[in-house]
Amino acid sequence: MIWRSKINPIEAEIYQKRLKTLTLFVLIVVGVLFVRLWFLQIISGAQYRKKSESNRIDLRDILPVRGMVFDRNGELLVDNRASFAVGVIPEDIKNLDGLIDDISRLIEIDGLSAKKKINEGLRQNPFNAVYIKKGLTRDELARIETNVFHMPGVIIEVKPKRHYIHGPLAAHLIGYLGEIDKEQLNKGGYKRNKVGDFVGKFGVEKKWQRYLNGIRGGQQVEVDASGRRLRVLYQKAAEPGFNIYLTIDKDLQMLAEHSLENRAGAIVAMNPMTGEVLTMASSPSFNPNDFATGMDEKGWKQLVSNLHFPLQNRVISGQYPPGSLFKMVVAIAGLEEGVIDPDEKIFCGGTYSFRGRVYRDWKEGGHGYVDLHRALVESCDVYFYKMGQKIGIDTIARYAKSLGFGSKTKLQLGDEKEGLIPNRAWKLRRWHVPWQEGETLSVAVGQSFALVTPIQMVRFVSALFNGGVLFKPQATKWIEKESKERIFKFKPNSLHRWSIKKENMELIKKALVGVVNEPHGTGTRARLDQIRVAGKTGTAQVIALPEERELAREKDVPYKFRDHAWFVAVAPAENPAIALAVLIEHSGTGGSVAAPIAKKLLECYFEKVRPL
Amino acid sequence: MFDRRLINNFDWILLAILIFIGALSVINLYSATHSIGSMGGSQVYIKQICWYAIGFFILLLMTTFDYHVLDRLAYPLFFISLIFLVAVLKSGKVTYGSQRWLSLGYFSIQPSEMVKISIIIILAKYFSDLEKTENYRLRDLLRPLILIAIPFIMIIYQPDLGTALMLLIISFSIIIFVNVNWKSIVIFLSIAFLSAPFCWITLQAYQKKRILTFLRPDLDPLGAAYHVTQSKIAIGSGLFWGKGFLKGTQTRLHFLPQQHTDFPFSVLAEEWGFVGSAILLLVYLFLILWCLNIAKNSKDKFGTLIVVGIAASVFWHLIINVSMAIGLLPVVGIPLVLFSYGGSSVISTMAAMGLVMNISMRRFMFQE
Repeated sequence: MIWRSKINPIEAEIYQKRLKTLTLFVLIVVGVLFVRLWFLQIISGAQYRKKSESNRIDLRDILPVRGMVFDRNGELLVDNRASFAVGVIPEDIKNLDGLIDDISRLIEIDGLSAKKKINEGLRQNPFNAVYIKKGLTRDELARIETNVFHMPGVIIEVKPKRHYIHGPLAAHLIGYLGEIDKEQLNKGGYKRNKVGDFVGKFGVEKKWQRYLNGIRGGQQVEVDASGRRLRVLYQKAAEPGFNIYLTIDKDLQMLAEHSLENRAGAIVAMNPMTGEVLTMASSPSFNPNDFATGMDEKGWKQLVSNLHFPLQNRVISGQYPPGSLFKMVVAIAGLEEGVIDPDEKIFCGGTYSFRGRVYRDWKEGGHGYVDLHRALVESCDVYFYKMGQKIGIDTIARYAKSLGFGSKTKLQLGDEKEGLIPNRAWKLRRWHVPWQEGETLSVAVGQSFALVTPIQMVRFVSALFNGGVLFKPQATKWIEKESKERIFKFKPNSLHRWSIKKENMELIKKALVGVVNEPHGTGTRARLDQIRVAGKTGTAQVIALPEERELAREKDVPYKFRDHAWFVAVAPAENPAIALAVLIEHSGTGGSVAAPIAKKLLECYFEKVRPL
Repeated sequence: MFDRRLINNFDWILLAILIFIGALSVINLYSATHSIGSMGGSQVYIKQICWYAIGFFILLLMTTFDYHVLDRLAYPLFFISLIFLVAVLKSGKVTYGSQRWLSLGYFSIQPSEMVKISIIIILAKYFSDLEKTENYRLRDLLRPLILIAIPFIMIIYQPDLGTALMLLIISFSIIIFVNVNWKSIVIFLSIAFLSAPFCWITLQAYQKKRILTFLRPDLDPLGAAYHVTQSKIAIGSGLFWGKGFLKGTQTRLHFLPQQHTDFPFSVLAEEWGFVGSAILLLVYLFLILWCLNIAKNSKDKFGTLIVVGIAASVFWHLIINVSMAIGLLPVVGIPLVLFSYGGSSVISTMAAMGLVMNISMRRFMFQE
């Protein structure tokens, strides 16, 4: 079949011409595409290649879960909670001012400092999240979450936050966390940590940082241009930190802190046969939860400017005159040196004159004729003025040191203090004046220069009742991996054994039982019905000068001039299970203030451990 | 009846080009979607092979009849495609916020693809029926403009701006190709602009929003603007030789949305570099020029206009899609015909190519 051409010659010619033009047009337009492609792929290609690569895989940390802390009975004291933080990936921000406005419309933020942080992040690593606000409330979280897709670059991060279940309970022992500082980062021992990490800054948290921390994991995440995670390419799980079981008993600790009633003071209890710390309370305290997400400046200032130094662990860093507690040391020194005959009776008329000065007994009118036993039970000052003077300061100091005073107990829980045991050489070195004999009298009754810490005191009475072994106090029962494998187990660590005659120790122990259990004893308020408690009261005078002391005997003594109340106790006396030291600052006498607290603690302990 | 010359004149070169593009398309789709894996993405390239199989069958089918029957079938075909369009508006499947698809049980079709071919045929018929030696006047254009306006408005209401504009561009390519005087075009454009606000108030809010987004992609920073950025990164990062097959990072990370329909060129350019994208452009250029050559050799006005219309369709799809990928034009949902994934697009384009081949094969049937 043949058709006649349906196109007339004139039109056909026009069409031929147009097709040529069309061909040219097509070539030109496609040519433009070629030029553009050349520009994109060849001229600025390298730039795009770099962009495509840097956007591709983001390395994100998986923070390890910090180890938990339990008490000796496995009661949970510290764990971790989820905390939500809102952050931004600086690279993904389109309009910083607009974004900050958007966020501040949703939650309360410090726009200026956020912008500063983001700009800094933009310079350093624009793909690293900068956190604008941590610890979001549920409300804030919801508001951000519903809007997060309208705000490119904004991310919500879940971070574990340290949670101290009982707040301030055992805060000084457990410690707190803080953001790692530059010094720590440059120092060894923090190799697993990065800027922004929270690490132990105090107490057990610091001491066992390397075990608690766990090992950081990570993942390679594919991220799109808005910083949204698309999927995980590779993941290395974080390893949780090890769990720590402390030697403290939560109930006893709670009671101790409750007994302090926010008065400045310290209570420490330990197992005299092993050195396990059963309770370590220091007051005033603080809430370590406040540190968990980073403390603000105001809160920190409040803490450090508090005149009662809440951050100080008084058990190990509080140095106090031992008061009458020191009479035990003087007694041991006197007995060992043969200066004191335990049966010798000395008359106490309430005062003792030495070199033209009158030294008073705490009891007006005196104790009458007292031997060593009575002198300790009733805490007669005059007896010890006399004995102390006979023994001499250097001998007293020598004994005090060998009994464990004037040196650290090596608990290693922060800023432990040594206390102070004065002697002639010290006086000359420190004050450039010779020792005055009268000062020996003051030291003999635990006043003036001598300083001890509560932990030294409890270790001393422990040794007295365990046969003279100075145990290193320890607060960690064991450290356990997730697999329950224990990498550390408590072992009693005897640092030193006294070379004190057994019969001499028995004399003191007998006297201490008398302090609590005999009619004239100063510590009768610590007496228990079914358990024989041994103890010693102490009233540490804050004021050294006799004239001021006169004044202090008046009523309405200003707080800072009031005496510190001491009480140390061991129970049961014949088979010791617990030793404790109670110190309440500026509160009155040991017998009236500290002894009743000791009684309560002992009751609690024996009810729980050995039901009465 | 069967003329041996039909076999002798079978356009093997055109077939070879189509097979080549089809192969590139499948390979590229495999790369674009292989990482989706379990999400069903791996089926995309297999489906595309099926579409191409159907497409080649239809292509051959389109060569079996004398294309002059279309002269009589132009209006019926046009009305059928309009009925499909109405059906879509009534009951269409909504994807990406617009109704473009008509579900026919096992698969969905996009009637707007059919409309593109039928409008080419109907315009070719209209202009070849007019025997004129001078320029066409405005009144000569009235009928074709109405014929264009009906599907155009229907597609706008889907709303599928891209396809609607494509329909307009293809139609105008034909109108400009035939000898229309410029005055008529200017007058027509003025009327179109004046009626635009009229159309605007009849649109739904979401339709308006889509149109605005189309005109101002920066209003949608998480959408269009972001797509262009990512596409440019993908293409630019290909450098001269590309990152290698399956090595495209932008692709694998799905930075590119709709990479198998709207951005296949970016995937190719990233993995095969300037070399690969140049080859693809050259193949398309060759295809278009080959079509224009067929148009030139056709001694029949109807055939010439159909081929020019189809060549224009391929050309504009290529230009708009690639320009969008390299950031020269705003992001429009315009596929790169034959290269993008899509049953309706592949099949309708293959049908159109069958028509071109039909015309190419029958060029000998005319006497001077």
